[in-house]
Amino acid sequence: MSATTAENRVAVATQRQLIWWRFRKHKLALISGVIVALFYFVSLFADTIAYTEPFDSQASRSYIPPQPIHWFDANGHFHPTVYALKGKRDLRTFKLTYAPDASEPRDVVLFGRGYEYRLFGLFPTNIHLLGVSNGKPQDALFLLGTDQLGRDVFSRLMLATRTSLSIGLVGVVMSLVLGVLLGGISGLYGGLVDVVIQRVIEILRSIPTIPLWLGLAAAVPASWTPQQVYFSITLIISLIGWTELARVVRGRFLALREEDFITAAELCGASRMRIIFKHMVPSFLSHIIAAVSLALPAMIISETTLSFLGLGLRPPAISWGVMLQDAQNLETLALAPWLLFAAVPVIVVILAFNFLGDGLRDAADPYG
Amino acid sequence: MVAYILRRLGLAVITIWAITVVTFIILQLPPGDFVDAYVSQAAAMGTSISAAEAEALRHAYGLDQPLIVQYFKWLWHIVQGDFGQSFEYGRPVTEVIGDRLWLTIVLSLGAIVVTWGLALPIGIYSAVRQYSIGDYIFTFIGFIGLALPNFLLALIIMYLGLRLFNVSVGGLFSSDFALAPWSLAKVWDLTKHLPVPMLILALAGTAQLVRIMRANLLDELRRPYVVTARARGLPERQVVMKYPVRAALNPFASTIGYLLPYTVSGSVIISVVLSLPTVGPLLLHSLLSQDELLSSTIILMLGILTVVGTLISDLLLMWIDPRIRLGALK
Repeated sequence: MSATTAENRVAVATQRQLIWWRFRKHKLALISGVIVALFYFVSLFADTIAYTEPFDSQASRSYIPPQPIHWFDANGHFHPTVYALKGKRDLRTFKLTYAPDASEPRDVVLFGRGYEYRLFGLFPTNIHLLGVSNGKPQDALFLLGTDQLGRDVFSRLMLATRTSLSIGLVGVVMSLVLGVLLGGISGLYGGLVDVVIQRVIEILRSIPTIPLWLGLAAAVPASWTPQQVYFSITLIISLIGWTELARVVRGRFLALREEDFITAAELCGASRMRIIFKHMVPSFLSHIIAAVSLALPAMIISETTLSFLGLGLRPPAISWGVMLQDAQNLETLALAPWLLFAAVPVIVVILAFNFLGDGLRDAADPYG
Repeated sequence: MVAYILRRLGLAVITIWAITVVTFIILQLPPGDFVDAYVSQAAAMGTSISAAEAEALRHAYGLDQPLIVQYFKWLWHIVQGDFGQSFEYGRPVTEVIGDRLWLTIVLSLGAIVVTWGLALPIGIYSAVRQYSIGDYIFTFIGFIGLALPNFLLALIIMYLGLRLFNVSVGGLFSSDFALAPWSLAKVWDLTKHLPVPMLILALAGTAQLVRIMRANLLDELRRPYVVTARARGLPERQVVMKYPVRAALNPFASTIGYLLPYTVSGSVIISVVLSLPTVGPLLLHSLLSQDELLSSTIILMLGILTVVGTLISDLLLMWIDPRIRLGALK
């Protein structure tokens, strides 16, 4: 393509195309976007990807270390197999040790049968991504081992992904509403309203958040249902998180107010609402999306931290924080280090959101 | 300049007042009050308290009055330095907190010093040697620092410490000194235990500050005055350190406003994980056991200390940075 056609292409491209072209250049952000999408895919199909009922506890399966899949059989053919486990109690230490029982091989199959669940909460089914030939994965398939109560860590991790990611999303929506509303008012009206809102933000930012969160979260009554706890925790997290979004929105409003095209619209007699929603919002929407993807990891960290300390979500709810709570003390870590695996998705998704947000922020203003 | 100081002071006072309101709300939020807890505790001990007695107790403690009256009474007590009795420990709250508050301050301030001490040289290095291997390594560590929640980092380091070196990194004192009165030997013991928690606490803040410092310095290094200085034959060290670094330093001072609350927040969490004798574990414990006077006092003290710390740093900043001093004059 010659230089002039390339220039022509840029000249006639829509803003959306320009943003996409700019974003595409940021390889790390692109990969991160795929990873984030994958995480949301997992949380959508969490029940399908899990293979053992996440609440199915069994003392005889306590602290089973992760068991590998044997990919090839004795003849070297591709034939993924797992073995049933035989637990033996060490009579001296009373610790259960497990040995695979080679006489009971089970084929690992794709889309096998397992426990009953409802896909998307609607369609009853028992098909899971992974299964074993006899339909009882809870005896043989332990990709990431089990916890103290004998519950399968991998299956729980899939459902935890759903909870933790959705809390982040709901929390960010709540703080977005607060942020856009207060930031918009602040930037649009200016004057005394602006001063008051800015001071409130300044005050909120100068208070250490964790002690406050802990105090608020501790006030959630123990008798509440998991759903009520879920929403109160999300609300608490978003109460502090809105300040940064409000700052971004206000800054954009202030900058746009001075633009010529806004003045032109005003002179043409466009109503205030029309100016805001038709002219201003489209031109800073990309900035908001970038700010949101940078705010999401903070929300996820907050939920994980609160739950880890025992003041956020409580069992039977499963989230990354709740799972990490099991790995809280050194004795458990020494005994069952695989419980720490719940930290991996936390780190990966937070990194991915950070890179994605960076890329989006750079692409948000494709004319720069 | 006076106007600037007054403005800052005013904002600090309003912030502290806002913190007292929020703390009071937290104090009131859980269902039931102090007398309910007392009655149920007495019942558990085998003595019963009649409804009339409970009512009398409520009256004696002023719990039957409107909330706003209770708030001002509570505030009045606090201004006088009377924070009440810890329900669980049966001792004055200030006595229960004791040294823990000072250790929290030492840990948080130490972490901030570490943050600055690390972020400055690393930031300069990363900007001057942009895209070098060192720059990539620091960027990588920085991103890990940003992505790892404090408590996870503490947990992982604790695990690795146990696994690889067979040492326990928890606590701030050896067992010999934990209950001993303060002495030089105990201070030395503390100094030996502090670096690990300080580093854990400082990592995230350092990562953020390095990124800001690197970006700022890169902007400055492209300025014509740097080219001029180089063209005039100034040694490279002087070209970098004397002007661009100074100009890029601004965020170091101005970020303390959020770095301090952030660090204090973090200290609470990592103290719980590493079982450090700061106010962190005490706060968590008091919240879980609904010892509300103790927990609210800790929240209040942490809040006020942070505001005071930020105020002091703001005033220092004004003294150091002529742009603020002169800008405020206008």
